[in-house]
Amino acid sequence: MTEEMKIQGINGPVVTLPGKTGLSMSETVYVGHKRLIGEVIAITDEKTTVQVYESTTMLKPGEPVFGTGYPMRCMLAPGLLSGIYDGIGRPLDKIEEQSGAFIGSGADIPTVDCEKKWNITVKVKVGDAVKAGTVYAVCPETQSIEHRMIVPVSVSGTVVRVADDGEHTVLDELIAVKTEKGEVSLNSVTYQPIREPRAVSERMLSNEPLITGQRIIDTMFPIAKGGAAAIPGGFGTGKTMLQHQFAKWSDADIIVYIGCGERGNEMTQVLTEFSELIDPKTGRSMLERTVLIANTSNMPVAAREASIYTGVTIAEYYRDMGYDVAVMADSTSRWAEALREISGRLEEMPAEEGFPAYLPSRLSAFYERAGYIRTLSGDMASVTIIGAVSPQGNDFSEPVTQNTKRFIRCFWALDKSLAYARHYPSVNWINSYSEYQNDLFYWFDNNVAPDFSALRIRLGAILQEEDRLMEIVKLIGGDLLANDQKLTLEIAKCIRVGFLQQNAFVPADAYVTIKKQYLMMKAIIGTYDRAAGLTKEQIPVSVIAKTGVFERLTKLKFELTSDDEAQANKITDEISGALDALEASYSGEDK
Amino acid sequence: MSIEFVGLREINGPLIVLDGVRGAGYGELVKIKVGGSERLGKIITIDGERVVVQVFEGTAGISLENTGTVLTGSPMEISLGKSMLGRVFDGVGRPIDGYGEIYPEKKLDIDGLAINPVARDYPHDYIGTGISSIDGLATLIKGQKLPIFSGAGMPHNELAVQIARQANITNGDYCIVFAAMGVKNDVADYFRRSFEETGALSRTVMFLNLASDPITERITTPRCALTTAEFLAFEKGMDVLVIMTDMTAYAEALREVSSAMGEIPGRKGYPGYLYSDLASLYERAGKIKGMPGSVTQIPILTMPNDDITHPVPDLTGYITEGQIVLDRSLHGAGVYPPVSVLMSLSRLMKDGIGEEYTRDDHKALSNQLYASYAKAQEARSLASVVGEEDLSDEDKQYLSFAKLFEKRFIAQQRAESRSMDETLDLGWEILRTLPRNLLDRIDDETLDKYYKE
Repeated sequence: MTEEMKIQGINGPVVTLPGKTGLSMSETVYVGHKRLIGEVIAITDEKTTVQVYESTTMLKPGEPVFGTGYPMRCMLAPGLLSGIYDGIGRPLDKIEEQSGAFIGSGADIPTVDCEKKWNITVKVKVGDAVKAGTVYAVCPETQSIEHRMIVPVSVSGTVVRVADDGEHTVLDELIAVKTEKGEVSLNSVTYQPIREPRAVSERMLSNEPLITGQRIIDTMFPIAKGGAAAIPGGFGTGKTMLQHQFAKWSDADIIVYIGCGERGNEMTQVLTEFSELIDPKTGRSMLERTVLIANTSNMPVAAREASIYTGVTIAEYYRDMGYDVAVMADSTSRWAEALREISGRLEEMPAEEGFPAYLPSRLSAFYERAGYIRTLSGDMASVTIIGAVSPQGNDFSEPVTQNTKRFIRCFWALDKSLAYARHYPSVNWINSYSEYQNDLFYWFDNNVAPDFSALRIRLGAILQEEDRLMEIVKLIGGDLLANDQKLTLEIAKCIRVGFLQQNAFVPADAYVTIKKQYLMMKAIIGTYDRAAGLTKEQIPVSVIAKTGVFERLTKLKFELTSDDEAQANKITDEISGALDALEASYSGEDK
Repeated sequence: MSIEFVGLREINGPLIVLDGVRGAGYGELVKIKVGGSERLGKIITIDGERVVVQVFEGTAGISLENTGTVLTGSPMEISLGKSMLGRVFDGVGRPIDGYGEIYPEKKLDIDGLAINPVARDYPHDYIGTGISSIDGLATLIKGQKLPIFSGAGMPHNELAVQIARQANITNGDYCIVFAAMGVKNDVADYFRRSFEETGALSRTVMFLNLASDPITERITTPRCALTTAEFLAFEKGMDVLVIMTDMTAYAEALREVSSAMGEIPGRKGYPGYLYSDLASLYERAGKIKGMPGSVTQIPILTMPNDDITHPVPDLTGYITEGQIVLDRSLHGAGVYPPVSVLMSLSRLMKDGIGEEYTRDDHKALSNQLYASYAKAQEARSLASVVGEEDLSDEDKQYLSFAKLFEKRFIAQQRAESRSMDETLDLGWEILRTLPRNLLDRIDDETLDKYYKE
């Protein structure tokens, strides 16, 4: 133990200690008489700088600081699921019990309940050789999620002692391992430094999409399991709504939802809504597969910086058990602002718009923690990261959006004008892209329908063509367009209103299976081809519109109640029937 | 017994620097004695025995020698009590209406504490304001923070007063906390007179920091107001409506202090922590489980040059639960309130309307009005190129819809309070001027019920 350390300077969340302290970088420290939690962020021979994760009001110079010897870390153990934690992993429900409706400071509560008993089954015997990645015990954390305790990277050796199967707390010893460095006792708890990615066996290329049930995402701009995506959008464009939709409906096993510097009411909403929603895969409450990290905008700014690391560390922990985990980070811009705020207090030389020069490297390090991997235990698993970006002034050229764009492969640009017209999700189909698309076409063609990617490409082409035609319409009005161009506009409208728009509040439309997405797409393109035949015969598009087929396509999302192919065929048959009748009447008139 | 530290090291704008101070706490309130008078200040940086203090009443008259500074041992606090209702205070919570001190029931730190998201009660109950464009399309919910984005010369104050006057909060225990930051005396007086005329003054607590008052007090004004609001809501069980104007002046005060401290600026010279700072105010709205009261905020801000991408409206929009945007061209056309419907939004609306709360058709109706009005705007921009004559029949129908919508639905009298049913029926009346096949946001069942009549 080094000599007692004392506070010298205080500036917001930044506290400095004089002289050489013996603390190491990223070490967790307790600051002041209230033992506020902090982390060492800079060391010189003259002073050590600490960022404090709680309010420093009434902290005084001369108060003591205590080192802990370990880096900023997160406690990982059974019981994390369906919990809500602050940015440094303290359970908010326990904090409420302790300090009431308003969050006080100095609460030092372990992330998971250490008293609760779990029904644990030990999977190894005395004499077994274990190494990093060996599953040594399991317990049912929820009805559908089996929690696997895995031997950490630093341990390998022979099991010398095992506990009986049955009720254990997370702190009870489960096995003891004899290693080269002596005996190691393992319980259910792992401590993981939050800024360090957890070890994997190898990173792989993902060829499987994360199905979200949102048409504009799955069909138009799909994301791979283990991919990284960004949702930039000004305020009111529906970033959070879209993130909620992903958290609810995407086919990941576990969701980690990070509310980073966002609204308190939103987190409350997730908490109440998810506990009422039923997960269609398991038939259990949606909250059971969810971990919430809530560091709202009025909670201490340093903890906001830590929150996304805490979140992604929990995600990696479940990934290593073999699960597909999806992380929603809302919003990474608030995290970047927290970096900027701390950097400003440290009087560092700023780069663009006051953001520190290390913003790009921090962003890339975060998004690189996404990936489709083989775990140390040999399973295939993934962490998918979907980060919301809140560009200042809705300007996509600002530093956070631009730097994020370089490290993600899926860009879902939200559009203010679409949001103003209440077109949701307001993903702009011209500016958005997915680099995973080509990797995933093979999966779609094999698992959904052989012509999936062909249809998807045509869908995109029609929308591109509409975009071009609208430039003309804006100048001269729509009446002067050629007949087939008018048809393109009509079909594009069907695609926009009938396919891309999706109502999160209508149960039948909130989540759409990939099969139904395909059937809808097929019906739209099929009608287009049939109607294009009619336009060649000089039948005006306004006459085709009178048959009501376009309205029918627009309402297809409600009329088609399931992903039943027979039902879809019946509808498309009726549509082509209507068009056939029109053609017949026309050719009759001609003659 | 407290020690008085004599003399200063440095004076810079609203800040003073002291040396040799021991035992000062971060954020602690200090008293600064200048001649015979006393000013208040807050410690904003500590480096060993060197302390930077932000002086509330400004530093005029302070010299390096003539001052003595005393630590108070606590952060900036405000005395609170139910007797504050009907009273007027300055930006640091001292009564300025000449009726003497209030009877304090409690003292609280004006910075407050964050509400635990677990303890929050998600807001559901709507507040009828009697204003169609708000009730129908951007419904205000009890516990919401819904700002008015306006510009110089537009009737945001009238609108705020009308909302405060007409707000139909079913619970009888309703009060208003009003915070004026850097507004002209006329504006503060307008609010005071309006509250007086409607008899609301006895249920109002006013915090005034006028344009000529010190800018450092501008930073504490909303904090005093919100601490009072939280006290009345969560200790006294009242439904509190907080009106704060003008948030732009507040942000400018913040920028001034930040620049005096030599901080690295973010966008447009505003400090990098502007978002966090604004959030520390706006997030102090809401409801708490198991407690009867609520805090609803209507901050008003003027957008410099009507620019919604300016950092103050921009960051505000990211924190608040929607916004009501006023539009200069509607104002010019004589429409009151000139609410720009498409840019306005209430995020909590979806959970506070519908069969359970307002009426079964509310969601569909508002969606359709939005969508049709958006269509009409497209038709308008097309008309400005090709002329109205050459528009398609459909576009012409949209144009006349938009005219009617603005004249009948958005526009109303300053004293006119429409009930929710009146507003919704009016919406249908106007929608009926469009043919049924253009109403693509409403399901057939609702159309059958409401469209025919």
